[in-house]
Amino acid sequence: MSAEEHSSGGGTVEYIQHHLTNLCVGDCDPVTHKAVGFWALHVDTLFFSVMLGMVIILTSWRLGRSLSLDAPSGFQNFVESIIEFVQGQVKDTFPGHNPIIAPLALTIFVWVWLMNFMDLIPVDLLPLLAGAVGVNHLKAVPTTDLNTTMAMSLTVFGLILFYNIKIKGPVGYMKVFLFHPFGKFFIPVNIVMTLIEELAKPLSLGLRLFGNLFAGELVFLLIALIGGTLVVGALGYLFWFPLQVVLDLGWLIFHLLVITLQAFIFMVLTLVYLGMAHVEDH
Amino acid sequence: MNINVTLIAQILAFVALIVFVNKLLWGPLNKLLADRQKRIADGLAAADKGKHELELSEKRAKDLIHEARAKATEILAQSEKRASDIVEEAKADARTEADRLIVGARAEISQEVNRAKEQLRGQVSTLAAAGASKIIKREIDRKAHDDLLKDLVSQI
Repeated sequence: MSAEEHSSGGGTVEYIQHHLTNLCVGDCDPVTHKAVGFWALHVDTLFFSVMLGMVIILTSWRLGRSLSLDAPSGFQNFVESIIEFVQGQVKDTFPGHNPIIAPLALTIFVWVWLMNFMDLIPVDLLPLLAGAVGVNHLKAVPTTDLNTTMAMSLTVFGLILFYNIKIKGPVGYMKVFLFHPFGKFFIPVNIVMTLIEELAKPLSLGLRLFGNLFAGELVFLLIALIGGTLVVGALGYLFWFPLQVVLDLGWLIFHLLVITLQAFIFMVLTLVYLGMAHVEDH
Repeated sequence: MNINVTLIAQILAFVALIVFVNKLLWGPLNKLLADRQKRIADGLAAADKGKHELELSEKRAKDLIHEARAKATEILAQSEKRASDIVEEAKADARTEADRLIVGARAEISQEVNRAKEQLRGQVSTLAAAGASKIIKREIDRKAHDDLLKDLVSQI
């Protein structure tokens, strides 16, 4: 691990802060490298998410050319099982029929999983490689950036609003705010409650994914520190280095579960919210 | 400030990715799975249909065999009847033919008898004439006594 490289410069806090700083372009603080205004672009977040999106697109394009009805290849079988899994989830949780829902759920599941998977790549590997070509800050996991998770949850929120108005009609949707959940005698309370309920959807969706992945990343950083700043003397390695390896492996295996679960939760909640939007009588 | 223009960029990337996934991944594979499902359903339906048809044709074959057996029995009976008919006919034919032959033979016999009688009569007349001439020792005028002779002959 390259933790000691950074820690020699300024210690544990700086190591962690450095790792949690995006590669900022535009309206950024020149010293801390944090975004200070709206017009700041996190290039690393954008790069990795778009790259993973391209991976999905290219893989499916290549797979699409060699699809076989009778003798599916191993990879086709794998993709088919994912598709069938998503199909099953959509069938179970989504009432009615909407052709955009299943591709949306599939995109969320695969893309979020791949972006989360970046978390399993050793925390110092990609920043080290980027540093070698002159990029000083790099946060490799797009889902540890609130912009990514909120972008997805706000898109889903937009769809929720769109389908609520489309299916229930503007008046019908207004009625949900007025008469839900306490009936017509508590209209002011109803408005506040429903407003909170609706706004909580995108917030909880985005913040849950961000929080889980950010925390996971932080734990990886702390584990990486074990073999770094905590080491005193050459003999210390004999104790701290194996401990770091064991802890890292444990957290890696556990986190493999977490990233899958988070991708799954994001997908299912999207389906549930959009399903609620498609139900006519609340 | 955590939220910035990256949010907008990510929304655009997300929407674009949904479109691509729909077009390149979900669309073709969903169609493939549906096609495969349809093919399996069709195959099962065809197998059911084949089984049903097999049953039907087995039944038809059984019916045909039954019918053929009945027809064969009928033909056999008919031909037996026909054979006995032919025998009867032949017998009847033979009988009439025999009758006819017998009648012919009888007629011929009576004819022969008559002829022999005529012949004998002629010879008797001659003999009578010769006897009479011997008795009276003189030539009898044959022409004169012809009627007498003929009368004699007819009495014999």
